[in-house]
Amino acid sequence: MKILALDTSNHPMSVALVEDLQLKATTTLNTVRNHSIYVLPTIDDLMQKVAWQPQDLDRIVVAKGPGSYTGIRIAVTLAKTLAKTLNCPLVGISSLAAIAAGLPAVTTGLMVPFFDARRGFVFAGQYAYQAGQLTAQAADQHWAWADLLASLPTDRPVYLLGALTPKLRQAAPTLPANVTVLPDAAMVSTFALAKLGAQATPVADVDAFVPDYLRITEAEANWQKTHPGQVSADYVQEV
Amino acid sequence: MATPLYLLAFESSCDETSVAVIKDGTEILSNIIATQIASHQRFGGVVPEVASRHHIEQITKCTTEALSQAGIGYDDLAGVAVTYGPGLVGSLLIGVTAAKAIAWAHQLPLIPVNHMAGHIYAARYVAAFQYPMMALLVSGGHTELVYMPREHEYQIIGETRDDAVGEAYDKIGRVLGINYPAGKTVDEWAHQGHDTFNFPRAMVQEANLDFSFSGLKSAFINTVHNADQRGEQLNQYDLAASFQAAVVDILAEKTMKALAQYPVKQLVLAGGVAANSGVRARLQADLARLHPQTELLLAPLKLCGDNAAMIGAAGYVNYLHGDRAGWDLNAVPGLSFDRITPLS
Ligand SMILES: [Zn+2]
Repeated sequence: MKILALDTSNHPMSVALVEDLQLKATTTLNTVRNHSIYVLPTIDDLMQKVAWQPQDLDRIVVAKGPGSYTGIRIAVTLAKTLAKTLNCPLVGISSLAAIAAGLPAVTTGLMVPFFDARRGFVFAGQYAYQAGQLTAQAADQHWAWADLLASLPTDRPVYLLGALTPKLRQAAPTLPANVTVLPDAAMVSTFALAKLGAQATPVADVDAFVPDYLRITEAEANWQKTHPGQVSADYVQEV
Repeated sequence: MATPLYLLAFESSCDETSVAVIKDGTEILSNIIATQIASHQRFGGVVPEVASRHHIEQITKCTTEALSQAGIGYDDLAGVAVTYGPGLVGSLLIGVTAAKAIAWAHQLPLIPVNHMAGHIYAARYVAAFQYPMMALLVSGGHTELVYMPREHEYQIIGETRDDAVGEAYDKIGRVLGINYPAGKTVDEWAHQGHDTFNFPRAMVQEANLDFSFSGLKSAFINTVHNADQRGEQLNQYDLAASFQAAVVDILAEKTMKALAQYPVKQLVLAGGVAANSGVRARLQADLARLHPQTELLLAPLKLCGDNAAMIGAAGYVNYLHGDRAGWDLNAVPGLSFDRITPLS
């Protein structure tokens, strides 16, 4: 099975081509912000190097968020459009699960991939290996940093997978002895992403596939406050 | 007979997701438009993050429908045209990314299109273009006079120095209690009232070809507020009529001035505000009187708003001129034609 895996959900941008669970080619850029410019040329370049045609792809795996809103939209739009136009199965994987999957399956303890969501909040997930399978221990969430820390277990090792911004560090100057911060582990491995995606069930309705933002927009949050009880209707109409 | 040339076209610069299939740059085989207006009406205007989220919900569905309605497969296509600016960056990126994905997957040429050129080319579905020509582009984001000495060449000779005309409509509409977008209702009210307030016509006397609507907008708002403070209720139809009369005067007089400096074979009226009946009627009358040798091309009403058919028509011309984008094509929110210093 030939898999294209891509992630543009945060600052790094990464693409991998994986065949039968073997990594054929991968590129990660960690210096650019504009994923829109680099992601397709990177895919094109790697595909040429391994001599694959777009039609050869058997599966597209994308990190579907949470993440930078613009970032996850670029990868998800690219992935869903490619899947649709190539009639190729599509799999969306949590960006946080993809980070956790970068740690080896022998890791014991709780893996907590996170990244800064500003204003004292983070996006974070809680994952652990159970019988060699990466398993979510809690849903990915938009957490107040303090609430996330308070929720962590005290009786087993906890790995915080992400970089502490000065603000986050300030809010938690000392961490319990069982908690270790692994900033370098925050980089999504698209090889690991592809392997997760190889096992997952493809998206049933590609048209309806959207990023997992984990937050409604500020405008909608405010609107809901002033319009209690009004559920989101179908706001987009074909004319 | 040459073989027909089919382009798939994408437009997502603001709050409409649109995909079209165009034959030979002149025939619309499909033009799917999913509008988000009902969503943004909740907020009184377009919220960029909400717009981007809606675009990604719609993009592949619209593409499938456009192709199936046209009865065209990917193998039939000669290229993929896409709006890459100007517009909201998050919105533009959805169309640009989808267009790139399809062009790459089927190894088709990718044709970048300026959204404003697209608006001009909405009129291409009315008649063939003859050069030199001029376009008055009026929308919620733009108000500009574009001179086209020849095909594929666009020069801004006049533009708004502050608000776009559609923006002014929305702002005074809010004062009148009309929900976004206000243009259509203000236009309807204007026909039921009279120009009794005589609002200022900014810059009409000046030699340049630029527009200004902020003074008009302020005069309107002040008039309503002062009346409110006196506990007086002004006639909303007369207010609308007075506002629209000023807008129409400004647009028509600057356009006639431009035509005197730049004689052209055709004048195109395009953009969302080109649907305004007052503007259409006035340009028709003034042109017949002052520049009878210039043909007026009014973009069809249903193509005045944002749509991919217009992008396909402009994209066809770009295609013939060899415009091609690489896989690194990015959204350019501030994309603009070159401004040239008008003759005086
Ligand atoms: Zn427009």
